[in-house]
Amino acid sequence: MSNARANILTRLRAVASQNTAATTEPAAPLEAELGRADKIARLKRLMENMHAEVIVTDSRNWTAALKELLRQRSLNGLLCAPTTLIGTTLAESWESDLPPLVGYTEAVEQSKERLFTIDASITSTKGGLADVGALILWPDANEPRLMSLAPALHIAVLEAAKIHSSLAEAMRREHWAEGMPTNALLISGPSKTADIELVLTFGVHGPKELIVLILDD
Amino acid sequence: MTQTTVDFPKNFKKALGDGQLRRNLRAAMDTLGLRRRTLFSDPEAFEQLRAHGDAIRRRALNKLPELLEQLERKCTENGIQVHWAETPAEANQICLDIIQRHGATRVIKGKSMVSEEMHLNHFLAERGIEALETDLGEYIIQLDHETPSHIIVPAIHKNRDQIARLFHEKIPNTPYTEVVEELNAIARQVLREKFFAGEVGVSGVNFAVAETGTLCLVENEGNGRMCTTAPPVHIAVMGLEKVVERLEDVPPLLRLLTGSATGQLITTYFNMITSPRKPGEKDGPREVHLVLLDNGRSKIWADPELRQTLKCIRCGTCLNHCPVYTRLGGHAYGYVYPGPIGSILTPQLEGLDHAGTMATASTFCGACEEVCPVKIPITDILRRLRVESYNKVDTPNAVKGHGYKVNAAESLTWKGWALSNATPWVNALNAKLLSLLGPQLPKLPEPNIVKKWTQSRALPPFAAKSLHALVKEKGIADE
Repeated sequence: MSNARANILTRLRAVASQNTAATTEPAAPLEAELGRADKIARLKRLMENMHAEVIVTDSRNWTAALKELLRQRSLNGLLCAPTTLIGTTLAESWESDLPPLVGYTEAVEQSKERLFTIDASITSTKGGLADVGALILWPDANEPRLMSLAPALHIAVLEAAKIHSSLAEAMRREHWAEGMPTNALLISGPSKTADIELVLTFGVHGPKELIVLILDD
Repeated sequence: MTQTTVDFPKNFKKALGDGQLRRNLRAAMDTLGLRRRTLFSDPEAFEQLRAHGDAIRRRALNKLPELLEQLERKCTENGIQVHWAETPAEANQICLDIIQRHGATRVIKGKSMVSEEMHLNHFLAERGIEALETDLGEYIIQLDHETPSHIIVPAIHKNRDQIARLFHEKIPNTPYTEVVEELNAIARQVLREKFFAGEVGVSGVNFAVAETGTLCLVENEGNGRMCTTAPPVHIAVMGLEKVVERLEDVPPLLRLLTGSATGQLITTYFNMITSPRKPGEKDGPREVHLVLLDNGRSKIWADPELRQTLKCIRCGTCLNHCPVYTRLGGHAYGYVYPGPIGSILTPQLEGLDHAGTMATASTFCGACEEVCPVKIPITDILRRLRVESYNKVDTPNAVKGHGYKVNAAESLTWKGWALSNATPWVNALNAKLLSLLGPQLPKLPEPNIVKKWTQSRALPPFAAKSLHALVKEKGIADE
């Protein structure tokens, strides 16, 4: 058993007891509060800059928009959460010429092969961030973490009312500090890299494509 | 550290003579600098933001012992196992024990400078464990058995032709291509299989939140998420200074980090991990370990001036703006952390007697301080390290390896200088002697610092008459 913990803390405490200097902190810079339309427009513009495809639709028409997108591509399946509102809505009106709906119903140990070979997935989002152009995802038992990571195409459904002005605002309004989930994510586009000569290319280890359906009701 | 001494002059000469390296670097550094300026285009807003970032980091460091205990407590409550390591050797052993307990031989790694500081890959390889770097830049340099030359863009010293050749030679059945998108696709294909099969994932930590026990990771590629999500075990390694107090401290630091590093408003992914897989959840590691590494940080922390070194959020922008780094690249420095931040951090971690020369790799232009998102007084600390190089007195806060430059010849010279300045007749005599003998100084026998100095510089001519003498001739009263 190592004494590292005790040694490190003893060293730090020996100094901390001599150090009583209090520091004053400048106030945090003010954040811009945006109206609903501005938030949607800004998020859309910024995410499109990062090569996401953003479609503004509403809760009556989003499935039609989704189907149209899927028909333009030849995909081997669409990974979804069968028990969520998205999953049940899709299952009710799915058509045979569309890629089959595949549920993420088993633990990764039993379904890894499928997760790494399926072409597309669809998930909900917890919200969006207008100031930087990003989605907030809190994956859970229904919509596990790999859903927004392993398939080459990730489709995310975002309710316009859940777009916050900034991350700080989202954390404050939703009291994140009182209970963080296993994993919380911000996603601003498809995966990318600039590691070779700073040439920006999209589609590295995560999804190559990200489509955001904004439900503006 | 594997090497004990680094031949800086030789490294510098080699780097400066490498035209390809200098072209690769220049282009990249100019681009990164421009992107940063574009993002932080309003100087007033930037000053306000970085004053805030500085305050957050100072507060976190002022409360370091309490915050580390709080972080440990919260992480433990969340199911994350916390380990403490005083040295890289201890941290490596902790990782090895976890990996071996799971019978694992294939480790997939996200980018982590602390793991570089530990030389973890080398340590594991010697014990039969493959530790594969999965960040594209890290993957490229690992294929070529190199170390990162930049904190943020580790393979920036290479251009596409060099990478094309490397992939063609090192990855089986890979045709030669210089198309960046195709090189990317090759790496994606190879690494996807590795993500699928990886048994343990290792990552760094950008911020650890004491309030909630949350580990934050910033990335663009998705490899970091893969390493922390797909394998059954995740080990996160971090320097113990990376802790912040509250969750609300994260957004401003995140903005400063991505903006300073690459001029991005935000990266593709911001990944916040607070626990291992909970019952009922279908993926994510069943075990999450956090390794807190000291490696000299608690000693740096003890000194109020040097402590500011630990505010660093590893954005690398001081490298991009440094006239020395942008001409040399990272490898010439010979240690894991290059550039201005490396020049203040490394001598403190390794000891001045090993890495003190790094503190001389600066022109004191202060560009690093102008751009630093957390206002680290880099030049003050550089100056402190240069002073400590001559400090023989063993005070508690003296930098490790201090006094290594103390030598009889220099001490004598300075004593003579002091005497000369305090004694008018000695000064007058010296002035006369120098005007006569000055031009001969480079011809003195070794060790001859004047000769070294004049190898690439012209020796300033010594005036025939000193200012003192001229003033006297003019009849101006000497006050």
